[in-house]
Amino acid sequence: MNQIRFLDPRPDIVARRDEIRAGLAELVPADCLVTEERELVPFETDAFTAYRRVPLAVVLPETTEQVAAVMKYCSANGVPVIPRGAGTSLAGGAIPQEDAVVIGVSKMSRILEIDFENRTARVQAGVTNLRISDEVSADGFFYAPDPSSQLACTIAGNIGMNSGGAHCLKYGVTTNNLLGVKMVLQDGTVIELGGKALDAEGYDLLGLVCGSEGQLGIITEAVVRLIAKPEGARPVLFGFDSSEVAGACVADIIGEGIIPVAIEFMDKPAIDICEAFAHAGYPMDVEALLIVEVEGSDDEMDAMLKKIIAIARKHDVKRVKESQSAMEAATIWKGRKSAFGATGRVADYICMDGTVPLGQLSHVLRETSNIVDRYGLRVANVFHAGDGNMHPLILYNVNDPEEAEKAEAAGAEILKLCVDAGGCLTGEHGVGIEKRDLMLHQFTETDLNQQMRVRAAFDPSWLLNPSKVFPLDLEMRKAN
Amino acid sequence: MATETVAPACEEEAAEIVREAAAKGIHLEIAGGGTKRGIGQIFQADRLLSTAGLTGISHYDPAELVLTARAGTPVAEIEAALAENGQMLAFEPGDWRGLFGANGIPTIGALAAANISGPRRLIAGAARDALLGVRFVNGAGEVIKNGGRVMKNVTGLDLVKLMAGSWGTLGLVTEVSFKVLPRAETETTLVIHGAHEDEAANLMAAAMGTSAEVSGAAHLPESVAKRSGLDGGSATVLRLEGFPESVAARLGRLKAALRSAANASEMDETASKSLWADIRDVAPFAGTMKPLWKISVAPLAGHDVAAMILREVRGEAFHDWQGGLVWLQLDEEGDASAGIVRSAVAKCGGGHATLIRAAEDIRAVTPVFQPQAAPVAALAERVRAALDPAGIFNPGKMVWNGGRKAA
Repeated sequence: MNQIRFLDPRPDIVARRDEIRAGLAELVPADCLVTEERELVPFETDAFTAYRRVPLAVVLPETTEQVAAVMKYCSANGVPVIPRGAGTSLAGGAIPQEDAVVIGVSKMSRILEIDFENRTARVQAGVTNLRISDEVSADGFFYAPDPSSQLACTIAGNIGMNSGGAHCLKYGVTTNNLLGVKMVLQDGTVIELGGKALDAEGYDLLGLVCGSEGQLGIITEAVVRLIAKPEGARPVLFGFDSSEVAGACVADIIGEGIIPVAIEFMDKPAIDICEAFAHAGYPMDVEALLIVEVEGSDDEMDAMLKKIIAIARKHDVKRVKESQSAMEAATIWKGRKSAFGATGRVADYICMDGTVPLGQLSHVLRETSNIVDRYGLRVANVFHAGDGNMHPLILYNVNDPEEAEKAEAAGAEILKLCVDAGGCLTGEHGVGIEKRDLMLHQFTETDLNQQMRVRAAFDPSWLLNPSKVFPLDLEMRKAN
Repeated sequence: MATETVAPACEEEAAEIVREAAAKGIHLEIAGGGTKRGIGQIFQADRLLSTAGLTGISHYDPAELVLTARAGTPVAEIEAALAENGQMLAFEPGDWRGLFGANGIPTIGALAAANISGPRRLIAGAARDALLGVRFVNGAGEVIKNGGRVMKNVTGLDLVKLMAGSWGTLGLVTEVSFKVLPRAETETTLVIHGAHEDEAANLMAAAMGTSAEVSGAAHLPESVAKRSGLDGGSATVLRLEGFPESVAARLGRLKAALRSAANASEMDETASKSLWADIRDVAPFAGTMKPLWKISVAPLAGHDVAAMILREVRGEAFHDWQGGLVWLQLDEEGDASAGIVRSAVAKCGGGHATLIRAAEDIRAVTPVFQPQAAPVAALAERVRAALDPAGIFNPGKMVWNGGRKAA
């Protein structure tokens, strides 16, 4: 496999390892500092497991003040810092290196305030995504962004990557649901951006921080928007004879003025894999499947589904399956939400995350299949069709180095295809180390230099989450 | 303000003008139709750089829910193209010409640069949420692309958000891509008459806590309600939009949830549209030069803030965004009472207040934008310098310099 490079660990920092560990030990309680080699291993990678680097130390602070003290120390000593949520990044956004201190927010996991009247929740950044919805569900509210890893992933990580999910067609992604943060800058300064008001004053630094992949600071608290739950939600399944027809149906539903809460797409290989795993009752005699979910009261959903089904019929839909109960609805979603896990049971895979304009769906699906064919590999497509966020899963055997290399090359071609179709490299997983070196396909060097100058306004010494997002040679030039 | 105007016909020409300005230290005032020129601190510029020559919709496929246009394209042209396809800018931008007696043509680039959002912002997001991509010329005269024309995009730093609401102080926006949404088939508004301010705040909070998907929640005191043709005391107004079946079902749910509000009526689609256009355009406070504050706070704090200010100075206020947006107009033309306004905001849980309208001599002695905590202000200045190192774009428009004359 073509190894993704990292910046060389700074020898002077590695040589001072014991001194730095001792310095950190003075700043946080003993149980918040990990330095034992064996205990550092779980922090050597995230969900992009092909790459592993054992960090110099891991700090798991309990307060913003502790984060600030550690950041100040690292800043003064020139030590790189890797922010970490739950380590679920699919792009290698939290992979450390030998000269770096990982600051994990997992111990800061309290919900600080629920305010139903203003529809906000103030939480510590290590709280998991799903916990917020669980906390407010009984009162009829939820937190909208719902990445597939929502059981484990933290709000800090969600903010770092600007995470999305299946339901963002209607409710938006993290940046649209985030009202404020408390964060620690690289030099240890604590700042607050935004709050309970809908808009913040001055430049939209909150919008800049969201999705900055841990390179602008460490988030320790967040104020997020709560939304009143709909009366009910109901998915309907459509089976089509071809992916192209399914893609055209998506464009028509939206063109007709209907915005369902979610439109999910699966092709035949994905249907086979998910059905074998989840027994969701997916039709097996079709080439493509859409899960379209609507919300509202029974009457509203009936009216909306009637319109949607009429559009699907115009596209010669082969199978229509309306869920009749909450349990059936849950099963339909279980199949979709377990897609990545179920695929992992039948083969190793790499998951791409490009987004394309909706009008390009059919074209990109066809070309994706051509690319993967050319490499003699298989692909399963399961993705958020309503917002054009594709997730081709390229299947390969991780123990076959030649196949692994082919998979990576096919993946890169698919991402370039997405960009060339008017889209982007990543819709919700982030750039991390994974797509870093493809950035020059989407952006010019001038574009990236501008982004890097803005990044440097937060972190002039380039110590926060190095080796991520920007092509390595650009970063090295900037850091020197 | 600048006297000489340059209006490049294309992006590259604009970049050339900026490069020359950067080299010679020429300060540029950026404007589209010039309808919001009266907002911000007074500053000195040598030339007015207009986007009037950068016009036209460059890409629009309705099934993609995205529209791309050059910055100087009139908002009206864009809204017409969208309407033809049953779509809209969901953030419902207001037309503020009436507030300033302006005759120019509002442009799409200025909407982005000023991050102007109307009543539907409460559930559909602000202009900054709908803005998917920008092209702009930075202070070095380089053309920069950020974001794109897709709804989900986390590729690189989000400079799109940064450009939204930067009032032309970071770069010259040349092209914008906005997410658009289908227009609702119909709408109706539930009007609750005669509620006191605090009672109205509770009613709006209760309404937003239902599954009725209220797409506008405002409270107009009696004097303001009257100007929009609503009799019967104050008006607490709640809008529902969607398919007719859906609107009817949700109206039923909303009324059931607000049973305590006995004195209520419903507006038909035409009346509802006209009312929300008034709220969107801040029409109740048009046609005067009285100081006008735009106050952004936690929704439930809105009525407290307004009451606290109006105990000390004469004026009137109405509330949009469930109370989270207070439009407050002062009676006395000669004093913006910034201290009173901002101290009330701070006492009521924080937020910010912007002096949207005031005569030049008032703005010359008043911080127009909310002063920020020192570390945030310093960070914002570093970010500004990362985009416009020589400080040539709208220099000082957003920053209060203590009333000293701009250098």
